[in-house]
Amino acid sequence: METGKRPAPRLLTGNEAVAHAAIDAGARFFAGYPITPSSEIAETLSVLLPKAGGVFIQMEDEIAAMSAVIGAAIAGAKALTATSGPGFSLKQEAIGFACVTEVPCVIVNVMRGGPSTGLPTLPAQGDVMQARWGTHGDHPAVAVCPERVSEAYDLTLKAFDYSERLRTPVILLMDEVVGHVTEKAVLVPPDSATLPDLRKPVSPPEEYRPYRYSGQVPPPLVPFGQGYRYHVTGLLHDETGFPSNDTGNADRQVRWLMDKVERNRRLVTDFEAVDVEDAEVLLFAYGACARTAKAAMHMARSQGRKVGLFRPRTIWPFPYEELALAARNARVVVPVEMNLGQLSYEVSLAVCGKVPVKPLFKVGGEAVAPDELLTFIEGV
Amino acid sequence: MRAVPYESYLRTRRIPHIWCPGCGHGIVLKAMVRAIDQLGWKKDEIAMVSGIGCSGRAPGYVDFNTLHTTHGRAIAFATGLKLANPSLKVIVVTGDGDGIAIGGNHMIHAARRNLDLNVVLFNNFIYGMTGGQVSPTTPLGCSATTAPFGNYEHPFNIAELVAAAGGNFVARGTVYQPVELEKLLLKAFEKKGFSFVEAMSPCPTAYGRRNKLKGPVAMMVDLKERSVPLARAKNLAEPELEGKIVTGVLLDRDKEEYTEIYRKLTARLGGA
Ligand SMILES: Cc1ncc(C[n+]2csc(CCOP(=O)(O)OP(=O)(O)O)c2C)c(N)n1
Ligand code: SF4
Repeated sequence: METGKRPAPRLLTGNEAVAHAAIDAGARFFAGYPITPSSEIAETLSVLLPKAGGVFIQMEDEIAAMSAVIGAAIAGAKALTATSGPGFSLKQEAIGFACVTEVPCVIVNVMRGGPSTGLPTLPAQGDVMQARWGTHGDHPAVAVCPERVSEAYDLTLKAFDYSERLRTPVILLMDEVVGHVTEKAVLVPPDSATLPDLRKPVSPPEEYRPYRYSGQVPPPLVPFGQGYRYHVTGLLHDETGFPSNDTGNADRQVRWLMDKVERNRRLVTDFEAVDVEDAEVLLFAYGACARTAKAAMHMARSQGRKVGLFRPRTIWPFPYEELALAARNARVVVPVEMNLGQLSYEVSLAVCGKVPVKPLFKVGGEAVAPDELLTFIEGV
Repeated sequence: MRAVPYESYLRTRRIPHIWCPGCGHGIVLKAMVRAIDQLGWKKDEIAMVSGIGCSGRAPGYVDFNTLHTTHGRAIAFATGLKLANPSLKVIVVTGDGDGIAIGGNHMIHAARRNLDLNVVLFNNFIYGMTGGQVSPTTPLGCSATTAPFGNYEHPFNIAELVAAAGGNFVARGTVYQPVELEKLLLKAFEKKGFSFVEAMSPCPTAYGRRNKLKGPVAMMVDLKERSVPLARAKNLAEPELEGKIVTGVLLDRDKEEYTEIYRKLTARLGGA
């Protein structure tokens, strides 16, 4: 894109924005399985991908879709899948495989209420903890959460960037509101010339190690078929990629997986803090709840109440320090979630008992209304 | 027998392998290497993908691009790999539990799609790696750690199942006839589209001991006695085929292959 020229705004849904962003990020592989409220992502990509020379495939289930995405990524493609709660549950084993084999990929989860089939068409934020701890064993997690259509686009681009740089699966957690709302959005594609190619080998095949359990970021994952002939396994493995039963190696590898994300907090931490300096009541919200929070905050401010908002765009890793800083002058922190407090635990951890936490939760499939939140604020 | 430079295909530093003495899995892998050598495929263009089980360890020992995935999902991983880079020659190694119990759905859908994958299923009638539990191919009445009174479920005829699901090539061989097995593998690998070879492979440790087949030799003799070439099987009545292993090429056709169809679509849309 030419610099200085801003594209005209267009009307689209969050789900469509994700599909367009995937193409603009250079993704050329999608595998999925239909599920409300995410299906429009697959439908849009079934149009866009073949036209872009990429691959679209509807698999036989979500496990297959996640597995195919990882296979495609190992062949060098930027790849994604999209799903909702039940499908996200099915993908978990393969997500753990991507974590331990350090294969970059993006998983979009347009959340619904659960448990089980739950409330397929109504808004909820039921998978926040599943995004953190859904697969077994100690593993890293990176998850981003947009509040509007334009941000669904931007955060999809970022999800691919984080994933490629850190060689780890990244989860885009949306809610039904953001997925389905039609909004005006300005989509600013990245300059494809500046997208780094993080798969390019930096050493000859004889010296190549697909893994390195130290340093800032992992070595490039060289695509299969380029003369590097290495081994990828979900068994714990040493830096050559071959399985190892050595307990010291296992300890080092698992710690590395977690540290890799911790070390790169600067890269992935992303939040918005609105009027927090003088806030007596600090709202904490993400996704569609943040829209409600902003509206309620606006109403409260016009009544002279000192209300602020802390809104993480990246929810995993959780921005503990940034939230603590934003809350230091507050009398109370009010998390607003469409679940029974999945992220509120982390809020409590962040403020360490120094500020009381009084949450507002909803799980009936109805979004929190600004009036309702305003009344709640008046009562705390 | 034709001389094959096995060492150049093996990751000799990864050997000794984990397979038990008398296990058939190594014989299947050898036949695969021989077939690959005969085809002249380059190591760099070969990807070998497996799931979990004793069979799943095969890729670790060969010097290709190798991917050891989760239990039952090798075909799904391989689907992504092949679609993202159709120039790769993709071989999937799986077991009877891996490929047709937990992974059965992926198997039939891959066959239906007729994607150019080469699937080799090591059928030992048992879950070897986990210590001898009943599998979907354990014969009726046979003993397993989870079928202590004899298996009371009817087994799958895997090759017929896959042939019915689609694909271009289906064959069955045994490790007692390694030359024949190599020929079947060669045909399968050469074939464009989905191809499937069921390789009957003894597991003395988890199956034989429990089923009056005392040791590897008894198991080989059993394979010999039970196998019937397809041409002969055609003249036998159903009761005579009870408990037999029909070997040979069960399906050979040339339906259009998945990546070919997809390439035409993208070309029509101006995608590539
Ligand atoms: C999801 C999951 N379930 C169960 C297992 C345990 N498991 C490992 S191997 C195996 C069976 C393997 O049997 P088969 O595919 O017949 O291969 P063999 O070991 O006989 O070669 C099972 C059940 C697992 N690894 N993952
Ligand atoms: S348990 Fe059976 S299948 Fe596994 S290595 Fe031993 S003999 Fe082979």
